[in-house]
Amino acid sequence: MGQADRTTPADLVGATDATHFFTFDGRRVAARPGQSIAAALWTAGILAWRETRGAARPRGAFCGIGQCHDCLATVNGRPNRRACLVTARPGDEVTTQKGHGHAEPR
Amino acid sequence: MPSPGDPYDVAVLGAGPAGLAAAVTAAEQGLTVALLDAAQQPGGQYYRHPAPAARATRPDALHHDWRVFAGLRERLDAAEGVTRLYGHHVWSMTREAPGSPWSLHALTGEGDDDDASAPGTGTTVQARAMLLATGSHERHLPFPGWTLPGVVSAGGAQAMLKSGLALPGTRVVVAGSGPLLLAAATSLAAAGADVPEVIEASGYLGYARHPAALAANPGKLTEAARHGAALLRHRVRPRTRSAVTEAHGADRVEAVTVSRLGRDWRPVPGSERRVACDALAVGHGLVPRTELATTLGCATRRAADGTYALELGPLQETSLRGLWAAGETSGVGGAQAALVEGELAALAITARLTGRRPAPARRLRALRRRRDHLRAFADAMAAAHAPGPGWTRWLGDDTEVCRCEEVTAARVREAVADYGARDPRSVKLLTRAGMGWCQGRVCGTAVACLAAAAPDATPAPPDRRLLATPVPLGTLASLTPADPPPAAPDDPSEGHPS
Ligand SMILES: Cc1cc2nc3c(=O)[nH]c(=O)nc-3n(C[C@H](O)[C@H](O)[C@H](O)COP(=O)(O)OP(=O)(O)OC[C@H]3O[C@@H](n4cnc5c(N)ncnc54)[C@H](O)[C@@H]3O)c2cc1C
Ligand code: FES
Repeated sequence: MGQADRTTPADLVGATDATHFFTFDGRRVAARPGQSIAAALWTAGILAWRETRGAARPRGAFCGIGQCHDCLATVNGRPNRRACLVTARPGDEVTTQKGHGHAEPR
Repeated sequence: MPSPGDPYDVAVLGAGPAGLAAAVTAAEQGLTVALLDAAQQPGGQYYRHPAPAARATRPDALHHDWRVFAGLRERLDAAEGVTRLYGHHVWSMTREAPGSPWSLHALTGEGDDDDASAPGTGTTVQARAMLLATGSHERHLPFPGWTLPGVVSAGGAQAMLKSGLALPGTRVVVAGSGPLLLAAATSLAAAGADVPEVIEASGYLGYARHPAALAANPGKLTEAARHGAALLRHRVRPRTRSAVTEAHGADRVEAVTVSRLGRDWRPVPGSERRVACDALAVGHGLVPRTELATTLGCATRRAADGTYALELGPLQETSLRGLWAAGETSGVGGAQAALVEGELAALAITARLTGRRPAPARRLRALRRRRDHLRAFADAMAAAHAPGPGWTRWLGDDTEVCRCEEVTAARVREAVADYGARDPRSVKLLTRAGMGWCQGRVCGTAVACLAAAAPDATPAPPDRRLLATPVPLGTLASLTPADPPPAAPDDPSEGHPS
């Protein structure tokens, strides 16, 4: 089966085709109504949106249910938001969170 | 609904299969019920589904018994006396003295805010009886490369698919241990992912050692056959006695190494092969989420897979009178067991609060029998998938054990070998492993295994934690004097009579 005619999860459950857009590090990303930021990023093929505090390694969603805190992102300037729990809203500005996400060390 | 200021008859914490069945049953028996869940809608892990805004016309496509959920939701809508408190993340459960009402302290909203400086919105719910139906979280055994983007938890992949309609990649290997792997592999494949292999560390033969448990649960065999047929249809090859022992890639996973496992899950040298993929969904079973109860000194029992569940009486009551448990808090057993236990607990609570006999004795007897059969199956399952101590051999020195604090296996081993740490708490103090955001939920099992001096020593019982979720300091500070503070972690008494 070719890439183009693969089933998608949205086809499978018959979800609406409507999409809206937010940005991730300046790039336009589509989201379906009600989708979390992490789910929209996965669908766009983006798997990492945080750099760890120690070794600055890339991380994204791991547990998918709000428990591991690996998916922390900066959303509209606010750091430490769990991307797997936060619903993407039109026009949101999501940026890669570096370290603890605050400009000043605390 | 109780008049303002009066406690509810019962607070049900968790709106998964167990909590839903309990809330509906209790309300139909005439009790006032507060049903709380951190999520914005009911369903829990098993019946997780897209937000209403997605307008899914076939939500049942990722569920094979959606009708059961739809039925519960209808009864919930029809029931009077249930107050639904979704978006309520409960971080502490207290009561002033045995016999006095329970207080549940919750954060409201999306519950995603970890910024301690943010103003928290806290609320307290009171109830005469309490049912803990908080489910489970996944157990993880680290391996080299498991922190690479594209390596996700098996339940997480399942959750992101069922509610977010998202896949982590196009070619997804599923690995680890336990029945959740089969569920994840079949739904990932149905949703369009190519799933080349599902890799199970145990064999399925373990179940055959419990013929009575199998015979009493024909439904479980049907379930297994259904998964088998789906795997065959999607050309997913099941491999047993094997494990992913390394994930490769620079900035995301590109391939995994699969090793055969010998005795005790020891990787067999020379058996390694490489499988190309762009995502790996991995998990090694489930751990009951009991911290709100164990903090109060609630008794636990050790299951055959090494996890700790709440110790319960014949009608689902815990060792603390007035606190009941159902679903995975009483032992990992699947959604059917959760539904039965939720109903049984609600009938028991009704009987206690009203002084009436609960329901026809026949209904009660049938529920108890079904619960016992499903529990027997769960015990067989736990035994079949118990991690073998040899897994620690696939750790490299620089494998991160604690993802939050980036603590490697070498540092944990050093704390154990050179500084005498013998339990997770001392390892935490020496290395910060388990001290980060997830509060040790992800690394807990691994740290406990490494800390146990002998590889097969019994892991320490669950840590008592002060808070079940990170709480903004502002919320703690804003507790009014009428709210008793949460019990201290080492305080065996139940709350402070302040
Ligand atoms: C990530 C994950 C995915 C899973 N996916 C599947 C699957 O696809 N198929 C399958 O057969 N089994 C799955 N399971 C196993 C599944 O948990 C059980 O079969 C079933 O859902 C158990 O029902 P339950 O009612 O005991 O708990 P759950 O369904 O887990 O429900 C517990 C509920 O309690 C809520 N909760 C917990 N703590 C708090 C708190 N402090 N404050 C407020 N709310 C709280 C949670 O938000 C959740 O909604 C999964 C488990 C996990 C951890
Ligand atoms: S993915 Fe674990 S908290 Fe979001």
